[in-house]
Amino acid sequence: MTYNKLKRIDLIFHEDCECRKVLEKTFSKSNDEIINDILESGLKGRGGAGFPTGLKWKFTAEQPSDERFVICNADEGEPGTFKDREILFRVPSKVFSGMAVCAKVIGAKKGYIYLRGEYRFLLPELRKALDAFHRDIKDLIDFEILIQMGSGAYICGEESALFESMEGKRGEPRNKPPYPTVAGFKNKPTVINNVETLVYAFMICKHGPMRFKELGTSDSRGSKVFSVSGDTPIAGIYELELGMSLDNFVEEFGDGDTKAVQVGGAAGFCVPRKKFRETIIGFEGVPTGGSMKVFNSSRSMYNVLHNYLGFFEEESCGQCTPCRVGCQQLIKGVEAVKKGEKKAVYLDQLLKLSETMKLASKCGLGQSVANSFSSIVENFREEMIY
Amino acid sequence: MDKSINLKIDGVDVQIEAGKTILDAARAINVQIPTLCYHEDLCVAGNCRVCVVEVTGAKTLVASCAMPASDGMDIHTNSLKVRSARKNVIELLLSEHNADCTNCYKNKKCELQDLASEYKTSGEQLFIDLVHMKNYTVDAFSPSIIKDDSKCIRCQRCVRTCEELQHVSALGVAYKGDKMKISTFFENSMYDVVCTNCGQCINRCPTGALIERNYVDEVWDAILDDKKHVVVQTAPATRVALGEDLGVETGQIVTGKMVTALKRIGFDSVLDTDFSADLTIMEEGTELLTRLKKALVDKDPTVKLPMATSCSPGWIKFIEHTFPEYLDNLSTCKSPQQMFGALAKTYYAQKRNIDPASIVSVSIMPCTAKKFEADRPEMRSSGYKDVDYVLTTRELARMIKQGGLDFGALPETRYDSIMGESTGAAVIFGATGGVMEAALRTAYEIVTGREVPFENLNITPVRGMEGVREATIKIEGTVPEWNFLEGAELKTVTAHGLTNAKLVMEKVKTGEADYHFIEIMGCPGGCIGGGGQPIPTNMEIRKKRTEAIYREDAGKPIRKSHENPEVIAIYKEFLGEPLSHKSHELLHTHYKERQRY
Repeated sequence: MTYNKLKRIDLIFHEDCECRKVLEKTFSKSNDEIINDILESGLKGRGGAGFPTGLKWKFTAEQPSDERFVICNADEGEPGTFKDREILFRVPSKVFSGMAVCAKVIGAKKGYIYLRGEYRFLLPELRKALDAFHRDIKDLIDFEILIQMGSGAYICGEESALFESMEGKRGEPRNKPPYPTVAGFKNKPTVINNVETLVYAFMICKHGPMRFKELGTSDSRGSKVFSVSGDTPIAGIYELELGMSLDNFVEEFGDGDTKAVQVGGAAGFCVPRKKFRETIIGFEGVPTGGSMKVFNSSRSMYNVLHNYLGFFEEESCGQCTPCRVGCQQLIKGVEAVKKGEKKAVYLDQLLKLSETMKLASKCGLGQSVANSFSSIVENFREEMIY
Repeated sequence: MDKSINLKIDGVDVQIEAGKTILDAARAINVQIPTLCYHEDLCVAGNCRVCVVEVTGAKTLVASCAMPASDGMDIHTNSLKVRSARKNVIELLLSEHNADCTNCYKNKKCELQDLASEYKTSGEQLFIDLVHMKNYTVDAFSPSIIKDDSKCIRCQRCVRTCEELQHVSALGVAYKGDKMKISTFFENSMYDVVCTNCGQCINRCPTGALIERNYVDEVWDAILDDKKHVVVQTAPATRVALGEDLGVETGQIVTGKMVTALKRIGFDSVLDTDFSADLTIMEEGTELLTRLKKALVDKDPTVKLPMATSCSPGWIKFIEHTFPEYLDNLSTCKSPQQMFGALAKTYYAQKRNIDPASIVSVSIMPCTAKKFEADRPEMRSSGYKDVDYVLTTRELARMIKQGGLDFGALPETRYDSIMGESTGAAVIFGATGGVMEAALRTAYEIVTGREVPFENLNITPVRGMEGVREATIKIEGTVPEWNFLEGAELKTVTAHGLTNAKLVMEKVKTGEADYHFIEIMGCPGGCIGGGGQPIPTNMEIRKKRTEAIYREDAGKPIRKSHENPEVIAIYKEFLGEPLSHKSHELLHTHYKERQRY
């Protein structure tokens, strides 16, 4: 068998950028032209949900309002994801510039970076870079970026919970609709994008949509920054073309004994070895916010699942029933099966429960618990029991 | 937004105005979707997920209470996915809930139990019992409200009630995930926080997590003790709501049946808080006029205006916490309950020649804050605890059931005497605006010698369900003693629900309003919507009770407090005159500043 070597891309971290120059060029275009470039590129949100970025900007710009906001979601909390940290550390001005482009397009005077509580150590450097950026673009655009610290709750990465948190309230997801493009932060139309999305948007402004569109597949355009961890000899951050097969990925990053890959973190899917070949990393296959966790045969998938469920049990905001109680039942349930207190068929009950959580939870957190739960239980059932 | 929306629910075409939810649309065609966290009085939370339905084409199920109906929606409320999800959600709630139903105060009055009885078919618990793995606690320090976390389903109705309707926010959400719970500032007892004991949270709690501290057994014990003389007073608003808990249609006046029931239960004397409501008008009306005189004629700078009513103990505790700088603006009058209590063990005891030590004074109130009020150290001016036990309307309904009485079939009887006579002015204390109206009926007549210039004495500008109602009464044709008020415009404001109280007080604070007289009732709709009234409550129910209150007023032969013969008698025989030394001793009180958190 032959494997294609994965194509390394160098858009994000390449320190080629004189941001001011690119912004000047971009700002000479009309807002419609900029939105069309972003739409044309096929860029989808890099946080994991994959909403077309151009549409998000367009909807927000079109929403009548006296005030609009652009928010950079830097509450990078998904287990196994650490690429936004690196982006903010190495190329912060590209993030700011992406926000500035968005601000121009939607007419925002203020932008916020909601920074994960555990990333407080980035703050001094980020502030310095931000001051320099503000000085640099003062005459170009009336736009100010502020940094708002998170306090360590995973749920605050969910966009509407993030708004609540920013407004000084308890970080609980809101009912949708209304969506952020209509009523986001302070109930004003708001663009909220992942750190990486904003940088790509900026790089598209720099290079034009074609450079981005050439990469990837028709459903998953461009490249993506991956956080590779677990049983791999070369853990780290890699910018790769989307649309690769998991087979190729494992060939390059695995340790020769790879049993499964968790794609997309705790909220993502566990892909077993037998499905590596058919699995495409991208929106047409298994999407990821960047986390790629490699497990070799020394790992107990029961322990992996137990760890994820423990995480969700604690990180659910607790407001909606399926997520709050469902997470507790899933972890207590797999424990009971493992200990023999419940029969193995109880796993089927739990699978049905996870389906309810997927269908009936209020937000993406509760809805995605079923991803890892069902993919691990279905593929490694015997490890759950014995 | 006057566009209408066309959609299909379970195959039935529905047309509904834009902005309505799927739940509204379903109810419009009598399709019942179960709900728990939804409450008509509150903003939509969408967190219990019991009301999820399937919208054809949507990836997930949607909460029908939160999802706006939109054109062309094809909705299924009983599909396979919906049924499975709903059943699982109910089972999940039950797995976290202390379903000790037969020992629960809310047994057969619990919305979760209702759902379980509809949906449980297997006879066993689907999921693992989590109740025993949690360190649930019961907060039973408050004399008014007991909070049992093991019964809580985290629907946050109480949190929304406390924040939206009352602006108190004594209850909030603490922790997250499996530890998420409804709690208070620093997890202190409800007794130690800003809770006003209004009990609105109890009225909206779907389970037994929030209940009133009940004194049913204590009261039975007193009744059955031969050595005790047990007197009972009934608040104005109880007579238009008690029936709801006893199979009578909402909005019926059940005064006579209630009196009969209380006599059959064995109270030695069944008396009326309305009597002391009339007395309150005499004291408070005189107090208002005295303050106005001191301010306008004597130019006394220490006189505090506007003067605010002090009948609602929820409001009193609220102002003590939130606006303590305005405590001197409160009328010094005790509430009718406490005036009655002080007189029961003095005036009543003397007249009936009973040792006050043997009197047990019970009150039936639409209110849970009254339990706290009766416990206040200031409320012992008879030398004893003026009111020994406060029962809510709900507790009385329970006693009537325990007493084996067929309430609907009871004959009607009159209150005993003395302290059982009342007027229409007293009855309307039960509705927002009632104290204002009653006070104006009397004060206007004192000042002008004429009746208030409103048809049939109905001062309609102060009535209604508007949260804050301002009204100005022009005083003309004064009698000589009060001619300094000639041509004056008495500016009044009436508010109900503490959120509205806060609005009024903030207007006073900023100087935006220059009221003379403020009536505030702590609960939505006034006492008819009190925290001790039958559950459920909503705007429609409150309106029906209010209409009944005004019907009772209209049907009374005497409609003005100062014409109550027993009130006239008590001043002649015992008190002297309003604001006399004796009045001050027994009928007036003072307030204290409390912490703001």
